[in-house]
Amino acid sequence: MNRRDAIGRVALIMGGTLIGAEFLLSGCKPKAATLENLFDNDHVAFLNEVADTILPDTKTPGAKAAKVGDFIAVMVRDCYETADQDIFLKGLGQIDEASNKKFSKKFLDLDASQRTAVLTDLDKEQQAYTKTKKPKDPNHYFRMIKELTLLGYFTSEIGCKQALRYVEVPGHYDGNLPYKKGDKAWALS
Amino acid sequence: MSTNTYDAIVIGSGISGGWAAKELTEKGLKTILLERGRDIEHVKDYVNATKGPWEFPHRGGRTVQMEKDYPVLKRDYPLNETNLDYWVDEKESPYTEVKRFDWFRGYHVGGRSLMWGRQSYRWHETDFEANLKDGVGVDWPIRYKDLEKWYDHVEGFAGISGNHDNVPILPNGNFMPPMDMNCVEKDVAARINNHYKGSRYMIIGRTANITKPLPGRTNCQYRNKCWLGCPFGAYFSTQSSTLPAARATGNLTLRPWSIVTRILYDKDTKKAKGVEVLDAQNNQTYQYFAKIVFVNASTLNSAWVLMNSATDIWPDGLGSSSGELGHNLMDHHLGVGAGGLVEGYDDKYYFGRRANGIYIPRFRNLNGEKRDYIRGFGYQGGAGREEWGRSIPEFSIGGEFKDALTEPGAWTMGIGGFGETLPYHENRAFLDKTKKDKWGLPVLAIDATIKENEKKMRIDMANDAKEMLETAGVKNVQIYNSEAVLGRGIHEMGTARMGRDPKTSVLNEWNQVWDAKNVFVTDGACMASTACQNPSLTYMALTARAANHAVEELKKGNL
Repeated sequence: MNRRDAIGRVALIMGGTLIGAEFLLSGCKPKAATLENLFDNDHVAFLNEVADTILPDTKTPGAKAAKVGDFIAVMVRDCYETADQDIFLKGLGQIDEASNKKFSKKFLDLDASQRTAVLTDLDKEQQAYTKTKKPKDPNHYFRMIKELTLLGYFTSEIGCKQALRYVEVPGHYDGNLPYKKGDKAWALS
Repeated sequence: MSTNTYDAIVIGSGISGGWAAKELTEKGLKTILLERGRDIEHVKDYVNATKGPWEFPHRGGRTVQMEKDYPVLKRDYPLNETNLDYWVDEKESPYTEVKRFDWFRGYHVGGRSLMWGRQSYRWHETDFEANLKDGVGVDWPIRYKDLEKWYDHVEGFAGISGNHDNVPILPNGNFMPPMDMNCVEKDVAARINNHYKGSRYMIIGRTANITKPLPGRTNCQYRNKCWLGCPFGAYFSTQSSTLPAARATGNLTLRPWSIVTRILYDKDTKKAKGVEVLDAQNNQTYQYFAKIVFVNASTLNSAWVLMNSATDIWPDGLGSSSGELGHNLMDHHLGVGAGGLVEGYDDKYYFGRRANGIYIPRFRNLNGEKRDYIRGFGYQGGAGREEWGRSIPEFSIGGEFKDALTEPGAWTMGIGGFGETLPYHENRAFLDKTKKDKWGLPVLAIDATIKENEKKMRIDMANDAKEMLETAGVKNVQIYNSEAVLGRGIHEMGTARMGRDPKTSVLNEWNQVWDAKNVFVTDGACMASTACQNPSLTYMALTARAANHAVEELKKGNL
């Protein structure tokens, strides 16, 4: 992203939006130390299931197919400060707690509609929290997960080429292209 | 020693240094181009230029380690995963901030010509007259007519796409065909142009991306990956443009890893006889000799070279007799503007990633208007449809949410201001001899800040942006106004200003150091004011003009 894109992105923020792309502009916050082995394979598998509930298979492959769980683990390891890493790790447990509370089962033992119900509740919770959150307040773990899921999916090869339209070398510019509902958006460069 | 003798030495290979090398070699001078950093070969070394976003482990973002390693770069958009190697190693090359100054540097062949924003606008007569009329700083020793044919010259070679908009305050140029506005920008521009009836304009950006092929260069392919280096050579850089031209003459020697530590001054002839170079790889010292020296190390580093060239005759550095060397440091102040939503274009989209936006030239304090500040500002911006990083009110998570995000969202339009910063004597850079860089050289200390004039201007920059967008029918317009920090514009100017009087300026009307007339400074250091236009095109024109003068004077035996 260059300066012009940065200016453009401000326009997006002004539109009352921006989840996930936020880090492209502001970056991750500094932290004390990097933990090499923050996540094990079970964590990554769990994250893939959570991400796939947020962005499931539809006409196009979902987040698990795009290995978004692996991406999230890399991002939390490399780009999150320790405090956010702690919130994130604790959050994985809180997803199971919420599942237990609602359906008396762990998240991975739920069926697809139950998973969606649990995460829909958590998303409502994070949206309400974020609305009144002050800059110094801790981040909400589910917002982190959702942001990283969107970022990971829509910048993955599957996300760019299947969910979106990716044109490596457009060759020309047309500023007045007819659009009809259902046409896919262009992937970012 | 004979192998170390050339006709001309050029210090620095960025935008202006590349131009100096091209012009001097084309006029027959054996020239050595000294670059402090590594070589980056055109195309071959643009290692990330054709990668997809998924090929970057953090998708272009920044890690905690990167933030630790680049404490200055992280302050704004340049710190990122995709072209990290193009930015200076801050541990090797620290500087001292008396006050916060964001200094974003590129130490390699091509300098910041590889990463620059490419927006290219001529200055207007008003800009050259401003200091004299306002009684600020010193009068520019040149006027628009002195630079006009050199603008023609550099635009023709560099390849600037733009429209002949006939805006009174912004001269037309020697353009390639313009890029297109998109449909929303066109309508917003029409509404602004109609409403303000010739006092304000919105035009397509003028950019150093070519829209027709040039020798060895392909026209822009609308990838918008310019700052990774363009495999098509579609934007102007040293690598794509001036370096191949200079090489084609057979007169160029390029020497990377060459830190010029000082200019060698001969007190008998009152001229420079050459430069001393510290080889950044082997730490050996070399001397190079020439009839003329062009200093193009970038504004602050050109000041550093001059200051570090102190002698018993000039204890504060070469060019310091006026007491102005290092002073009057300027930038453009930015980070203020507005944006909002545009309704009614849901059946419209665009194709291609246009590496350009719209421009709104200066309109304040013209035609007799007097605000509570002097000078003015312009805006850059653009319209586009929201991407996947948005919320969908109806959906939270799940398949419908995902499918909704695969479609483009609402149209938004945003503009951000670039404001003129006045030359203040007390805004300065100086040598900090208490701190050394990796090579044991003293570092630069920077002490500069914006003042009342800029602060008052920023109120207009915010409010005018909102007013114009609302006038054009943009909805839910929100102002943003972040802290103004000098350096953040990456348009450093001043420290060795041109002028009419050796008592108050460092350079004369031909960019010659008053105290050593075979030394020319033609990068941003020479600027006596900033105007509000992106400055690189003016550096190119000043450099070509000065190089021509240098060769003429050499022929006359005056140097």
